[in-house]
Amino acid sequence: MQVFSLTAYEIEAIQLSLQVAGLALLGCLPLGLVAAWVLARCDFFGKSLLNGIVHLPLVVPPVVIGYLLLVSFGKQGLLGHWLWESFGISLAFNWKGAAVAAAVMAFPLMVRSIRLSLEAVDGGLEQAARTLGASPAWVFVTVTLPLILPGILTGTILAFARSLGEFGATITFVANIPGETQTLPLALFSLTQAPDGDAGAARLVVISVGIALAALIASEALARRINRQLGNHV
Amino acid sequence: MSDGPVLNIDLEHQQGAFRLAVSLRLQGGLTAFYGRSGSGKTSLINLIAGLERPDVGTISLGEQVLYDSARRINIAPEKRQIGYVFQDGRLFPHLDVAANLTYARRFITTELSPDRFAQIVELLGISALLGRRPATLSGGEKQRVAIGRALLSEPQLLLMDEPLASLDAARKAEILPFIENLRDQLKTPILYVSHAMEEVVRLADSLVLIDDGRIIAHGSVEQTLSRLDLRPLTGRYEAGAVLQVEVCAHDHAYQLSTLRFAGQQLVVPAVDLPIGSGLRVRIRARDVSLSTSKPVNTSVLNVFAATVMEIAPDEGPHCEVLLNIGAPLIARITRKSAAELGLAIGKKVYASVKAAAIDRHNLGLRGSPVNHS
Repeated sequence: MQVFSLTAYEIEAIQLSLQVAGLALLGCLPLGLVAAWVLARCDFFGKSLLNGIVHLPLVVPPVVIGYLLLVSFGKQGLLGHWLWESFGISLAFNWKGAAVAAAVMAFPLMVRSIRLSLEAVDGGLEQAARTLGASPAWVFVTVTLPLILPGILTGTILAFARSLGEFGATITFVANIPGETQTLPLALFSLTQAPDGDAGAARLVVISVGIALAALIASEALARRINRQLGNHV
Repeated sequence: MSDGPVLNIDLEHQQGAFRLAVSLRLQGGLTAFYGRSGSGKTSLINLIAGLERPDVGTISLGEQVLYDSARRINIAPEKRQIGYVFQDGRLFPHLDVAANLTYARRFITTELSPDRFAQIVELLGISALLGRRPATLSGGEKQRVAIGRALLSEPQLLLMDEPLASLDAARKAEILPFIENLRDQLKTPILYVSHAMEEVVRLADSLVLIDDGRIIAHGSVEQTLSRLDLRPLTGRYEAGAVLQVEVCAHDHAYQLSTLRFAGQQLVVPAVDLPIGSGLRVRIRARDVSLSTSKPVNTSVLNVFAATVMEIAPDEGPHCEVLLNIGAPLIARITRKSAAELGLAIGKKVYASVKAAAIDRHNLGLRGSPVNHS
């Protein structure tokens, strides 16, 4: 039964991956909501530039993002230096840095799907809520937010999947340190480089596929429930 | 119902190439805004609701100033206490009917009594729908819920933007009585946007005619519809004079009712109302024929002695003749007939109205008569 129990190495990688992805989502969700709102609802000078910056991680090689993070958030980097001096926070070569890398890479996916669902919300419903006495903040909480839940869910799942799979930016920014920054894909990469790592690599592949499938199935079930709540026919 | 005007509007609003310039003082009761599409009716009520903002001017409701460009006052829509029933209902799809109806509850300052909820639900006949989702409702049901939702926000004024426009004739007939009920039972003044004259005749106390962003006429439905100069706007084919009448007798053998107005009597197919009920009847101009001598041996039950007040030929073969039969009546006849009868202003004629021409659609239930001075 040795085959079905996880090794310490695997458990460590799984735990770290979930931890990194979890923290990445925690940062992505509120910021993504704000960015999606700004891009969907506001009109201002420089909007195209903001849109471009948000989507940059989708179009440049992940190594580029990793390098940019290293330059700016490393101990010598401007932002990294400031974070360390002001708050004692360091992102260099630890799991928090890995979470930041994952968050940056996942961010455009989150923003995109929330923005799409925001644009699909009928502004007339929000107007109706105003005439019924709801302030703009209340309209957001009681009308807009419930209506964009499916988009938020989709964005979260995409971002979660992207975070779990993040490789290039992570290895460039925080390297590949077992127990600290070695998430599932990095562990898998290490095994493929080792002379007799094939069996271990195969096991990690199965685990990765399992986690991804479980997340997709869970999100599907949740989406169906939300859509029923919204009265949509699926 | 009110001491001063309920709603005061003086505003100008530019929207692309379209310009709205309106000055209006409205009383209580149900006021219809009538005009073709694109005339500015919906823009005007959006401005009143605060969903759009006029360039210059003032809007006030009772004592409260809602908008004043000079004093930089612009009350947010949620603070105006104005209910709005949209053409497309706009029910919240994620809430069931009961939650839609009580949506405004948390925002209103006065405690909503359970009685009020029950009263509105009863008035609109929606008690069976409370647990349903908007997606499962018919168009007519949606509109009734939308009306209830707006009323339960305890508005000081209710705006209705063509609430029946998206419904078929059967659904319209289903909702009209509910709107009549609310006009007669609730004290809330209503502004009703429409481009269907039969709704206006049936529901409205007063009528505001809007064309190309301007108010063309404003007065009681009866006065406004008997003006021949407004015919191009009120519609030639569908329109006709509107009479305030009272049910005075029923003839059960022949299933007819007699209505009384201005010392005259009008016989129509039986109306199911007690004697003494107030009613409004539209007599379409095309259902009125004229003769110079009193018709004898005719099937027509209603013959009135009339005086010609005004003759307005149109571009086509017809002309409209405004008659005085104690009340205004309009006849639409051919120009040829007018010439052959030698019609002229002041001439005495007889106007015949077939009882059969007056159907349910031309009758409007009247609440207490509203004074238009």
